[in-house]
Amino acid sequence: MSSKHVIFALFVLAAKSALTQATQPAHAAATTTAKKHATGSTKPETEGDRIFQQQCSRCHNAPEGFSTRISGAIVMHMRVRAGISDHDAKELFRFFNP
Amino acid sequence: MPIAIVAVMPRPTLKLNHFIMFVALALLLFCATHGAVAQYTPLISGGGGFFDTSNPGDKVTYTPIIEPMAAAPIGSHLLIESRASLVESVAPNSGDQPGYGHTHFIGLTYLQGDYIASPHFTIVGGTFLLPFNTYNERLSPIWIGNFLSGPLIGALGLLGTGSGTGGMVRGNAVSHRKYSIDYATWFSSRDGNKYFNSERSSGGRSSLYLPDQRLEIGLSYDRLLQGTHENFYGMHVWWEPKDTAFRLRGEFGRGHHAQGYWLEADYRTQAFGGLDSFLGRFEPLVRMQQTYRRDTLFSDSLPLVNTERIDFGLDYNLPHNLRILSSYSRQFAATGNKNIWQTGIVYRFLVPAWKGKSS
Repeated sequence: MSSKHVIFALFVLAAKSALTQATQPAHAAATTTAKKHATGSTKPETEGDRIFQQQCSRCHNAPEGFSTRISGAIVMHMRVRAGISDHDAKELFRFFNP
Repeated sequence: MPIAIVAVMPRPTLKLNHFIMFVALALLLFCATHGAVAQYTPLISGGGGFFDTSNPGDKVTYTPIIEPMAAAPIGSHLLIESRASLVESVAPNSGDQPGYGHTHFIGLTYLQGDYIASPHFTIVGGTFLLPFNTYNERLSPIWIGNFLSGPLIGALGLLGTGSGTGGMVRGNAVSHRKYSIDYATWFSSRDGNKYFNSERSSGGRSSLYLPDQRLEIGLSYDRLLQGTHENFYGMHVWWEPKDTAFRLRGEFGRGHHAQGYWLEADYRTQAFGGLDSFLGRFEPLVRMQQTYRRDTLFSDSLPLVNTERIDFGLDYNLPHNLRILSSYSRQFAATGNKNIWQTGIVYRFLVPAWKGKSS
């Protein structure tokens, strides 16, 4: 199987996801983060919020919202990529699923 | 976005046996992940952008680019993830020929499986981004980088392709509320496959992070284990003062034939109604970088002569994960000074792979 097949699969999934994106509920924690940006506050309110600011915001801006159904996949990805600890991963998962 | 993807993709030429393997693998992944708990639905993420670059007196080069990324958990310990890149470059024809020509590139950036074996130990297999310094793994996605072009030393220590084919162990070695230490160590075999091209090599990186000070310091090392064996050393420092939207990041890299550094600062003001106010969405940037050639042998992608460059940028963070990037760079070198103007717009998407209910 060549990379063309894998890329093709990614595009099929991307197209499908784009069609269903509008029906997905926004992630509450990311929405909270967006509201805090709007008010100018960067002080964390919870342990998960603190970890989000310490770990995730180091590299990238917070996305404006995402479905809670992918929160586990996000945490696993960031655990590997950013080297976050087991405790922080669990707190982030709770933060994404209040 | 899907329309743009289809326009850039070549017509797939799947052989029957490959197609059957592909369908079987897709079904296996689908079945393995579809029964998982709702929060572990696979995700599709990535970014799409349109960039242009120009030098005074030259015509503009246009670069539409799409970088889709997928991550599919299988249970709570195994993750399959991949990122691809589709780039179309439309550039003026060389010489006296009028008009523009175009080239395109499609390829996998990485395709890896991550097994979280214990709280401190994750095993990675497949083709992966080399964890040398920070740019390659953490800042190279187009939806993250502040500048459209990477640093001059961005390829130093990345052994040609920036990816390895083999295995890696990584994780969080020590985690405390006041500090944490993470590590990554890997081995890559030589692979001549045009999609998973890599060199025989090994290396590692370790970082210390102080959360209260928001300070990260890390060291990297890797060694080329084929042809002329060469060592590469790296160091990175990131500082993001607490309760501010100021970030200072820097890297130093030293190879067998060249060395250099970059230092980047960016800031968003919260003084006029927060980060999502009209003014708060502006993000001024500055990056200083220098490269030094240690000898005249060329085995890396750094400039052939000592070079200094300063980049001034102004990004604007629009709602709905849209971002406008612009920059002006002045480069100084013995071969000639030049100005570089770049502008672009990037959209970031992050969605579940399929429709379903939240738990």
